[in-house]
Amino acid sequence: MENLVQEAIQNVNLQAIMPSLVLSAFGMVLLMITVFSKRGKTTHVAWLSIAALVVTGFVSLAGWNNPQAGFAGSVILDNFATFFSLICIAAAILTILMSDDYLKREEFPVGEYYPLILFTTAGAMWMASGTDLMTIFLGLEVLSVSLYVLAGYFRDQTRSNEAGLKYFFLGAFSTGFLLYGVALLYGVTGTTKVQGIADYVLAHPDSVTNTMFVAGGLLMLVGFLFKVAAAPFHMWTPDVYQGAPTPITAFMSAGPKAAAFAAFIRVTIIGLDGIQSELTSLFWILAVLTMTVGNFIALSQKDLKRMLAYSSISHAGYALVGMVAWNEVGLSAIMYYMLVYTFMNMGAFAVLVLIGKKGEDNLTLDGVAGLGYKKPILGVALCVFLFSLMGLPPTAGFTGKFYIFAGAIKSGYIWLAVLGMLNSAVSLFYYLRVMVQMYFKDPEEDFAWVSINVPTAISIAISIVGVLYLGIVPGTLMNLAKMAGF
Amino acid sequence: MYSNLWLIPFFPLVGSIFNGLFGKKIKNEAVIGAIATGLMFCSFLVAAQNFFRLLGDTEKIHEVVIASWMSIGQLQVNWEFLLDPLSAVMIMVVTGVGTLIHLYSIGYMHGEEGYYRFFCYMNLFAFSMLMLVLGGNALVMFIGWEGVGLCSYLLIGYYYEKKSASDAAKKAFVVNRIGDFGFLCGLLTLFWTLGSKGVWTLNFVQIAEHGHVLEAGGLVVTVVTLCFFLGATGKSAQIPLYTWLPDAMEGPTPVSALIHAATMVTAGVYMIGRMNGLFAMAPATMMTIAIIGACTAFFAATIGFAQNDIKRVLAYSTVSQLGYMFLAMGVGAFSAGIFHLMTHAFFKACLFLGSGSVIHGLHHAYHHAHLHDDPQDMRNMGGIRKKQPITFITFFVSTLAICGVPLFSGFFSKDEILWWSFGSTRGHWVLWLMGAVAAGMTAFYMFRLVFMTFFGEQKTDPRAKDHIPESPLTITIPLMVLGFLAVVGGYVGVPKILGGINRFEHFLAPVFEHNQHHYEIHAHGAASTEYLMMAISVGIATFGIFMAWTMYVKNPELPAKFTARFAGLYKAVFNKWYIDELYDFVFVNPCKKIGTFLWRGIDVRIVDGVVNGLAWVVKGLGAGLRYTQSGYLYNYAMAMVVGVVVIVGFYIFN
Repeated sequence: MENLVQEAIQNVNLQAIMPSLVLSAFGMVLLMITVFSKRGKTTHVAWLSIAALVVTGFVSLAGWNNPQAGFAGSVILDNFATFFSLICIAAAILTILMSDDYLKREEFPVGEYYPLILFTTAGAMWMASGTDLMTIFLGLEVLSVSLYVLAGYFRDQTRSNEAGLKYFFLGAFSTGFLLYGVALLYGVTGTTKVQGIADYVLAHPDSVTNTMFVAGGLLMLVGFLFKVAAAPFHMWTPDVYQGAPTPITAFMSAGPKAAAFAAFIRVTIIGLDGIQSELTSLFWILAVLTMTVGNFIALSQKDLKRMLAYSSISHAGYALVGMVAWNEVGLSAIMYYMLVYTFMNMGAFAVLVLIGKKGEDNLTLDGVAGLGYKKPILGVALCVFLFSLMGLPPTAGFTGKFYIFAGAIKSGYIWLAVLGMLNSAVSLFYYLRVMVQMYFKDPEEDFAWVSINVPTAISIAISIVGVLYLGIVPGTLMNLAKMAGF
Repeated sequence: MYSNLWLIPFFPLVGSIFNGLFGKKIKNEAVIGAIATGLMFCSFLVAAQNFFRLLGDTEKIHEVVIASWMSIGQLQVNWEFLLDPLSAVMIMVVTGVGTLIHLYSIGYMHGEEGYYRFFCYMNLFAFSMLMLVLGGNALVMFIGWEGVGLCSYLLIGYYYEKKSASDAAKKAFVVNRIGDFGFLCGLLTLFWTLGSKGVWTLNFVQIAEHGHVLEAGGLVVTVVTLCFFLGATGKSAQIPLYTWLPDAMEGPTPVSALIHAATMVTAGVYMIGRMNGLFAMAPATMMTIAIIGACTAFFAATIGFAQNDIKRVLAYSTVSQLGYMFLAMGVGAFSAGIFHLMTHAFFKACLFLGSGSVIHGLHHAYHHAHLHDDPQDMRNMGGIRKKQPITFITFFVSTLAICGVPLFSGFFSKDEILWWSFGSTRGHWVLWLMGAVAAGMTAFYMFRLVFMTFFGEQKTDPRAKDHIPESPLTITIPLMVLGFLAVVGGYVGVPKILGGINRFEHFLAPVFEHNQHHYEIHAHGAASTEYLMMAISVGIATFGIFMAWTMYVKNPELPAKFTARFAGLYKAVFNKWYIDELYDFVFVNPCKKIGTFLWRGIDVRIVDGVVNGLAWVVKGLGAGLRYTQSGYLYNYAMAMVVGVVVIVGFYIFN
């Protein structure tokens, strides 16, 4: 222990954790600012948070093509971490843009909200750059604890409380599995470093048959699978997504999920590379299960937030297809998909934020009847996002899925790709049904309460540009994603 | 250096999006028209800048990569443009003629419902067409190829409440699908065969560079080029897929001028020019193209004899002139084909716009007199030259150009094609003869049109005949510019034997010359033969004009006598040789019957049954799975535990 501490102190490299450090510092300062702000006056905090995120984005760029390892190899700021950090930052910025007016409408404009988002993002970046199971765990907890609070943020609303509580209990439960798995792995290998575990497997080819090792690895993966909402560990998602404040739902579905995938990928592809052939068959089943469960249950949803929650489960399933492929194309496809998903899903949620009434009881299929005629621009925007979620060209959803399935086919998993595409076909039904409501039903409401505020409009515009840019010119970012892979 | 190429298609795209989104709200016709036309003009300026830069450049082939589109394995596809003499000529034609026709439309479409929709589609068309000709690889070209098809469909069906218009639009779309199918087959076959030899590419320059890995004259290259040619027959209205073009005249006249005369229908010719290396390798395909081209030129001209709708005559004339271009491509006279494409764009656009001006005037007169006569029927015209002098003069010089009267643009381009079809190593005197006779027929039906429309007594209803105005400036200015180009446009390609140096051919040489040398395609023969051929074709054309004059000016009772004497023949020609009926009988009706059977028998009973059954199962499953979502925390935790136990247990006990 003494040695470890010594070693760690000698290898401190603040560069490696600079992004999270900067963001946490900003978060604390902003927390102080909110203390001295009047209740209800939170707009400046929102803009300051965005500024903080932008600065952090530039800080994390320092690690691009210039990997910075630190703390005795327990964190690294490399291309991979930078790529995912930037996704989380983008998600956080979009969230904050759509939050300010939302909080005012829901009459809960309390300032801690924004610093909490910053802490979540810091945790997410920490996860993406962790190369030691303990640092990853730390990041995961920072992220989760902030999210528990955010999910239950409307403390006078039962649904929000329910969301926070359920997320907390089940999250704690899954963390138990994760930690237990880490402990077992440590017991077998004597290390918590991802690379160390990989070295151990290399030196002990029989570890595949080592019960303790396998159980440890699987239990740890369960923790990650919970965070990315893969079946059968997805059940918290609909309830939490539906109950949480809508911008937070949007954020959860993009930023933290991307971070969880980042850690999941790093630990699996590097640490558990030795048992790849065992894991791919597991991922194969989980991918199909996740896609199918998400899409099929989404078919019978009437509540839009809940429908998008199931849709997000199915999209995690598509991303898992990339894990099965376990090759360069599949890996960069997941990274690309996370980016694509951030824009299209957050865009869809931003439209929902705008058309909701206080309490959001109107965010149902019937509630959007005739929206396309009453609010044509919002209607078109939502259509773009839904087309992208379906995976139709020329939107980003198409290119994202294309790369995912191309990766699977390249590794020979043709049937998996076929099942994935069939799932996409099923998903057409519930996405299209929203459009049918918007354009083929007579409006029951005049949507007079919808006022398009500038920040939310900006977030929608950014998302549309992102969706179309990534759909039409996917090459540039795909190449970056390839550079960010291992 | 050519990095601003992307602006050329970008401007019309912006115009299309702008008018599409906001046109309905703007309502002000002047603003909508000015935006669309102004952006086209900007596009023209950029095109001209690049064109002249290329003229002065020693390096003639430039690829400009805008962004990476996709890279999978060894295949790298970019958003890229290719500027070489061929595409430079095309962008000048498309943006130049396009701008004029946009300007024309401002006046012509005045007061039409959906004015913004018209300009939105027109700009979108220009964008697609420019993507088609500038695309540096087959995928970008394909986007343009499909885009122009879509816009053509939308614009033919512009008056969608009119059944004949929406039917014509559908026909155009379906017939073009057949061609597109061929195009895609060719593309995929080429892609895979090149790939199997280690060349994974869709880029035109690379295809040209590595095309020789295929066996010259071999089966693969013949099939590939034949498939491409099938695509070209669809888009460019050649036998057997020409039937949609005459019906396409249901669209507004500027549409006919821009899409169905000057630009889109020449896409097939351009495509063959773009892939001339592959075509040169397939003599069998070249021969097919030449024969089809000559037959189309001849056959469509015969139908032109007996049509009374002014736009339909021009439509068949377009089909016939496109036949000349294909004849040129087929005998290896690539640059002559492109040359004719350009001069044809000038004079045919002018002719269509002129006919539009006449229709516009008559429409106005009938409207004034509260009549509902057909303003497109030439039997109601006559003597209009006095009412619309500018229209008449421009129309007349364009007619001289299309007839191949010496000193006018069509003379140079058509004569070069005829000479090549006779003297080329891939030519034949029969091809020449068909072309020359078709030229005579062209002269006949075109002058028939001119005499019936502009000369003689005014046969318009007396209540309306004094109210035919000359068209406004937005209409006459494009007519004058195009008329001027129809006269002088040919002087860039004066052949050697007439003392010229054929600048046009020299300019295009970097694209075609190598392949022509390599596959020994050239025209040969004594200068005296060339003079003789020229004299004969001019003689035939003069004879055609003379015949038209005899029948429609000197002895106006003659046509009636002829039709009475050859009633059967006349009826056949009048009914366009019953080709539409034949297609209906052979293809359309059986297809409909099969379709009805598939619909009632297979689709409703079996497919729908399966689909509905599946949907029922899926929905049932979804509803069932929904009950797993009880909302109780302990159920969720239980599910997780079960999941963990199954997963871990599976691995440990396996």
